[in-house]
Amino acid sequence: MAFNFSLTKLLPIAAVAAAGGAAYYKLGSNAEARLPPTRKLPFPPSADFPDLSKHHNIMKNHLTPGVYAQLRDRVTPNGITLDQCIQTGVDNPGHPFIKIVGLVAGDEESYETFKELFFPVIKERHNGYDPETMVHPIDLDSSKLTGGKLDEKYVLSSRVRTGRAIRGIPHPPMCSRAERREVERVVTDALQGLPKDLEGKYYSLKTMTDKEQDQLIDDHFLFDKPVSPLLTSAGMARDWPDGRGIFHNDKKNFLVWINEEDHSRIISMEKGGNMKSVFDRFCRGINEVEKLIHEKGWEFQKSDNLGYILTCPSNIGNGLRCGVHVKLPKLSQEPRFNEILEKLRLQKRGTGGVDTAAVGGTFDISNLDRLGKSEVQLVQEVVDGVSLMVDMEKKLEKRQSIQHLIPK
Amino acid sequence: MNKNCANFKDDEEYPDLSTHNNHMAHALTLPVFAKLRSKVTPSGFTLDQAIQTGVDNPGHPFIMTVGCVAGDEESYEVFADLFDPVIEARHNGYKKTDMHKTDIDPTHLKGGTNMDPKYVLSSRVRTGRSIRGLCLPPHCSRAERRKVEQISCEALAKLDGDLKGKYYPLKGMSEEHQDQLINDHFLFDKPVSPLLLASNMARDWPDARGIWHNDKKNFLVWVNEEDHLRVISMEKGGNINEVFKRWCTGLQLVEKYMKESGYEYMWNPHLGYVLTCPSNLGTGVRAGVHLKIPLMSKCPQFDEVLGKLRLQKRGTGGVDTASEGGTFDISNADRIGFSEVELVQMVIDGVEFLIECEKKLEKGESLESDIKALKQK
Repeated sequence: MAFNFSLTKLLPIAAVAAAGGAAYYKLGSNAEARLPPTRKLPFPPSADFPDLSKHHNIMKNHLTPGVYAQLRDRVTPNGITLDQCIQTGVDNPGHPFIKIVGLVAGDEESYETFKELFFPVIKERHNGYDPETMVHPIDLDSSKLTGGKLDEKYVLSSRVRTGRAIRGIPHPPMCSRAERREVERVVTDALQGLPKDLEGKYYSLKTMTDKEQDQLIDDHFLFDKPVSPLLTSAGMARDWPDGRGIFHNDKKNFLVWINEEDHSRIISMEKGGNMKSVFDRFCRGINEVEKLIHEKGWEFQKSDNLGYILTCPSNIGNGLRCGVHVKLPKLSQEPRFNEILEKLRLQKRGTGGVDTAAVGGTFDISNLDRLGKSEVQLVQEVVDGVSLMVDMEKKLEKRQSIQHLIPK
Repeated sequence: MNKNCANFKDDEEYPDLSTHNNHMAHALTLPVFAKLRSKVTPSGFTLDQAIQTGVDNPGHPFIMTVGCVAGDEESYEVFADLFDPVIEARHNGYKKTDMHKTDIDPTHLKGGTNMDPKYVLSSRVRTGRSIRGLCLPPHCSRAERRKVEQISCEALAKLDGDLKGKYYPLKGMSEEHQDQLINDHFLFDKPVSPLLLASNMARDWPDARGIWHNDKKNFLVWVNEEDHLRVISMEKGGNINEVFKRWCTGLQLVEKYMKESGYEYMWNPHLGYVLTCPSNLGTGVRAGVHLKIPLMSKCPQFDEVLGKLRLQKRGTGGVDTASEGGTFDISNADRIGFSEVELVQMVIDGVEFLIECEKKLEKGESLESDIKALKQK
């Protein structure tokens, strides 16, 4: 990486007077001419290439010096650069066993502007889905779901969440304060128009009272200022808590987070195993909100090949995480538990959400996939998969074999 | 840089500083914000970048932080309507038209050659320096940061005699060597303070960060931590005069060698040496000692005495740490408006006074008349 720029060589070329030079620059005992102002020197891309030698993330796997050289000087229409998108992956080397993405989209256009990096990352993260050639299926018709009423002796709660971004506004890593406030305005406006059973109230993080805060914590609704370096080094915690808030309906089973990791996160949840009811309400709520923002001339960020567009490439497509808290103390001890989950296209998390531990054999089980399958398909997979695992648990309780139940 | 800012009005973009207590929040009124929000330095640094740390860290009713940083030398000029009042408030009324004096001639210093080692455990002088033409840590690219490292190392490599030393990059440093540097009190770590993180200076850690020190382990340079360079001279015991002499020599030699390659320090007659944080402008000097004053520090007028002496106390771990066993880090409170020699002189004179107080308290004598007679410096 040997290069040699000397300012003395650049002086004759870059003879630019300091903009609005203050008088004091001309004072002083030495009469030497003021050097030209600090400017971004024309370093070649190789001089800027990050050291990813110790890194384990998907961004690193695809950011070759060649790709970086192609993309470094490109800018999206909103003024966002590649360096801004990859900062989180550069600052967080990751772990060989945990595959994180290491990249965020500063705006909708980042995906296409920097596709030489984003598309291979998407392909690796989403099981070979190729955004160049494939079309992502969207299906929010919950009537297509079969079954969906899970055994409440095992399934403690059911939840479906997704994210939506407002077209024309950069994402949380890069948005300005005014843009973030605009997102808050657009979404809360739309939420005012929801039908009866979804009617509710918006609590701005900035103005909420202590009492309201405690209540929201007890309801498991409150989100906090991110502490994960994955999120903070991407810039999404700037200006906290300005423009952030939580909406929930009076029945406390439909909830919207504003300006956390995405412009909006939409959540439908309830105690027990009635995933059908949760999904019905989810689809209805989301379709209503989309209709209401259209009336005011806004749209969600969406494309044929990427589906719904969100901040993290891991969430594009439908951004859907459909999951349950389920008691599987015996099955989870089975050596083949992880294999079973993999075959069912499911993942486990602790009951505190991502990167937490399971408590007392109770797991958060949700869909593994996002892109390439529709909402209906994914919820069906969760419902069928959890049903099967509950059956396995019951068999294990009776000391019976589950061999024949394990999917091929 | 987000290009959409022009689409929004001033009050729509203006940060909510209603619960904030820092210098930036006091100076950044809506009219000032409106005037500066569309300005950009030639290297592309914006107002929003400068103030982000102050927006994200509301501060504390008792601790007044600065709340803004410079991304390059021109930040102080382009955003003068913000930085000038911040500098004035932070540096005791230092005005826009004031001139700063630089004096790094160690022969001008009096005393400080043998402060009582029973009380003075160690002596240290530090400052920062920036390399003209390159962006500062909040704003620099990886290439620029590496360039700072390259220029610094080339200059430091030319040091000879007592100052001869070696550079140790943070990247790839062995655990063993890391432990050694920690024991020597030399190692700096990735910043964890939200004040620093919010200003973006920890990006790409530990790329192009490192520590240079001489073989004698009493002259040390930090590369690319909070500033381009932090230059530190230290030793055990109370000979702060010798520490200062070595520091002056080292600083000037490094600049001389940099000039041979066509570089120089950022400096101007108004702000003195230009650094990332406005609190460090002028001399950027913090000269201090670890002082064992268990009795004096418990004296109810301790803070008042420090104020009169223009000194400040810190814990022995540096800024924002607690003192241990009655041992305090005592250093100059000012940075600008006084020369380097004047500041170190204040430390010498002040520390000698504090030692006298401690001795008197050991003998059970009263300090009343001494404190009364003490004039504000």
